[in-house]
Amino acid sequence: MPDPHELKINGKAVRVEVDRDRMLLGVLREDLGLTGTKYGCGEGRCGACTVLIDGQPARSCRTKIGAVGSREVTTIEGLSTGGVLHPLQRAFLEADALQCGYCTSGMIVAASALLRRNPDPSREEIVEFLDGNICRCGTYQRIIRAIRVAAELRKEAAR
Amino acid sequence: MSTPIDAELEIERYELREAPLYHFEPDRRDFLRTLGAGLLVVALVDREASEADAQPRGGRRGGFGGESVPQDVGAWIHIGDDGRIEVSTGKAEVGQNIRTSLAQAVAEELRVPVGSIRMVMADTARTPYDRGTFGSRTTPTMSPQLRRAAAAAREALVDLAAERWKVDRAELTVAEGSVVRKGTNQSIRFRELTEGRSLTRTVSESASITPADQWKVSGHPTPKVDGHAFVTGAHIYASDVRRPGMWYAKVLRSPTYHATLTSVDLSAAKAMTDVVAVRDGDFVAVAARSERQAEQAIAAIRAEWKPGPSISEKTLFDDLKRPGGQQPPERAGRGGNRGNQVGLGEASGSIAEGMRAADFRFEQTYTIAYIAHAPLEPRAAVAEWTEGKLTVWTGTQRPFGVREELMRAFRLPEDRVRVIVPDTGSGYGGKHSGEAAVEAARIAREVGRAVKLVWTREEEFTRAYFRPAGVIEVRAGVRKDGTITAWEFHNHNSGPSGLECPYRTAEKRVAFHASNSPLRQGSYRALASTANHFARESQIDELARAIGMDPLTFRLKNLTDDRMRAVLEAAAKTFGWGRKAGSDRGVGIAVGSEKGGYIATCAEVAIDRSTGRVQVVRAVSAFDCGAVVNPTHLENQVEGALIQGLGGALSEAIAFDDGKIQNPKFSKYRVPRFRDTPEIEVVLIDRKDQPSAGAGETPIVAIAPAVGSAIFDATGVRPRSMPMRPKV
Ligand code: FES
Ligand code: FES
Repeated sequence: MPDPHELKINGKAVRVEVDRDRMLLGVLREDLGLTGTKYGCGEGRCGACTVLIDGQPARSCRTKIGAVGSREVTTIEGLSTGGVLHPLQRAFLEADALQCGYCTSGMIVAASALLRRNPDPSREEIVEFLDGNICRCGTYQRIIRAIRVAAELRKEAAR
Repeated sequence: MSTPIDAELEIERYELREAPLYHFEPDRRDFLRTLGAGLLVVALVDREASEADAQPRGGRRGGFGGESVPQDVGAWIHIGDDGRIEVSTGKAEVGQNIRTSLAQAVAEELRVPVGSIRMVMADTARTPYDRGTFGSRTTPTMSPQLRRAAAAAREALVDLAAERWKVDRAELTVAEGSVVRKGTNQSIRFRELTEGRSLTRTVSESASITPADQWKVSGHPTPKVDGHAFVTGAHIYASDVRRPGMWYAKVLRSPTYHATLTSVDLSAAKAMTDVVAVRDGDFVAVAARSERQAEQAIAAIRAEWKPGPSISEKTLFDDLKRPGGQQPPERAGRGGNRGNQVGLGEASGSIAEGMRAADFRFEQTYTIAYIAHAPLEPRAAVAEWTEGKLTVWTGTQRPFGVREELMRAFRLPEDRVRVIVPDTGSGYGGKHSGEAAVEAARIAREVGRAVKLVWTREEEFTRAYFRPAGVIEVRAGVRKDGTITAWEFHNHNSGPSGLECPYRTAEKRVAFHASNSPLRQGSYRALASTANHFARESQIDELARAIGMDPLTFRLKNLTDDRMRAVLEAAAKTFGWGRKAGSDRGVGIAVGSEKGGYIATCAEVAIDRSTGRVQVVRAVSAFDCGAVVNPTHLENQVEGALIQGLGGALSEAIAFDDGKIQNPKFSKYRVPRFRDTPEIEVVLIDRKDQPSAGAGETPIVAIAPAVGSAIFDATGVRPRSMPMRPKV
């Protein structure tokens, strides 16, 4: 039975009437029209559906809406502010870190959580952190480079 | 065997659908009229290319703005008097960045910024017929067509300006979207030149284009067109399309691979609110207001299935060598005897002589597993019927092929079906077919509203087609001095691409033998070339090591093709070939060519003896695909192909038994991940004197044999299967 849920998504309060065991991914895409978050496997093994919940990366395909509560959800759409790209978004473009782009949302969102935790991650740390995110086009090396570029951009901005 | 014939063979055998018997042209006026006033330049299909693509074409004529337009249109460019430059091609963007590289080609000739060009792609109502985006044909055929059209547009604009100003055209030049009179500040924008008229020009193969050594836009890195939309999540893939009042569909799937439906009870599903259920033959599907309801409805359906033959991988490789193969029911009685019983048996004729002349003789068998493309965006379609017309948004490499499927499925004429392909979450040769489109359209017709169907990952792993499995048998002889005295090579089922042996051999025989595949099989990036390169290069490596010759030296001694030698030497140089690897480490090298490109790869592996895990720590690929169009995107393709190739080399295999696919999930089917990524270096050999070849496929073929050779170097065990799964 659908019941009301007050969610906080990308800084906005939104109200949805859905079953509490619906997955966040479906609610974002279908009910809220936030299609930047992608479906790739539904079993938590590809990372295409990655969002942040209170700053922590989460697989929205495995997260029930009832478990989200009032925590802050950030999707790819919420990463750039006022039309200004997030340093990772700029860096992905700069490093040409995508081909078909289908994994890109999940990669960027997951990487943003990494940079928050670790502003200057090494190759090994990036590999470790992102191993659950699949890029079938095989752009891994470029994604690693992009994350390091973004770390630099952030350092510059902080200076 | 030359490339076009090679491509033909593959198409004949491994394209899932044959080319349509007839191709009826719609009235072109319809979509050309919507262009408004301006200059239209139409590029005719390149005859040579179209033959290679086997396009069934007519030569009839339609019209635009009262002028006649030939029907064998390959692409067109429209410079509107509103200043818009629109380029139309039936090719699809699936991550290979042709939206960018084609825009670069046009920008180059028109002397306008890349950003001012709008590419209209892969929409059957708005782009000319195209056979499909595969076989690395876009760069060698579509790109020159567009270049010629753009060059012709530029010249036509110069003519218009010369006429208007009453000056000699030699005094005029073109820059930044204007025609400029040299040495003056007189200039006029393109859009002002047409003055509300609709002008048409037609170009053929003969129009001259800027040679590669004078390129200023092509040949240089250009950021991905629309890149912004991808990094912000704004790009709308087929699976993201939303239509007013749209419902969601699910299809009932059989529990086993080749099952037939015997009975079905839809009543429980039909009793649900906002649910429509339909059965049509073996097709059972539901649509509902929400995806969740659709899932519940499909789960409520009771169905009984008669299982098909109990296919199993246990006997696969023996079966593939037999003419009958493992017969899937729908193929039984059809073409079952196309394969000749071969098996290596006794060498005969000249091969026997060659073997007698050898110091070392080998007979080896290599096996190739089925693998899945597993594009991260599964098949998806949104279908909508309005007044008897069908529009489908879907991710496919063959929009016109999918339209054909829809026309056939619903007995509709061409002008009642429109297929629109948003830039797609990739395909790798796996999205040539329109399953999801047909399914979505069938249920949408029942519901009377737009319907979205997105395949689950499991459906993608079980209902899509696979890269063919195969058995490759090789017989080879070598003399101590490095002469290859005999080479016999038989490929069963996996395919004929890359079958030819580029090494000098005294006696040679290569053959492909079709078989019956228990699983549905079709195209894959580089087709069978990956498998054939793996077997060939592994065998060559074995010959070299048998006579104690360095594998690089051995190859250079026996290769005649200069471009192949050049990539091999370039890869070896950058890699630092010749240094000894450390303990539990090994290095390997391989070379190949396909679709007009040349690739050599060196790899270094580290073996963890406690776990048996093989880690490729470093790889260098040198690639020559003629004149480089966009170096950044090209490097990206080469790296991506290498990574994808690692999957087939080391970990990917479809497991099937008891009539079922056993590993239809990413948790059971390992595709390359971050952890598997070596340090990759790409060396591009920019041959400005050679036509640009496509680059999406070729760079995948050399990584597996290079890794195999490196594993041998480290362990003394020669991998002879893909995936290798070495026992160390
Ligand atoms: S869709 Fe959630 S991890 Fe793959
Ligand atoms: S860019 Fe295609 S899946 Fe990553």
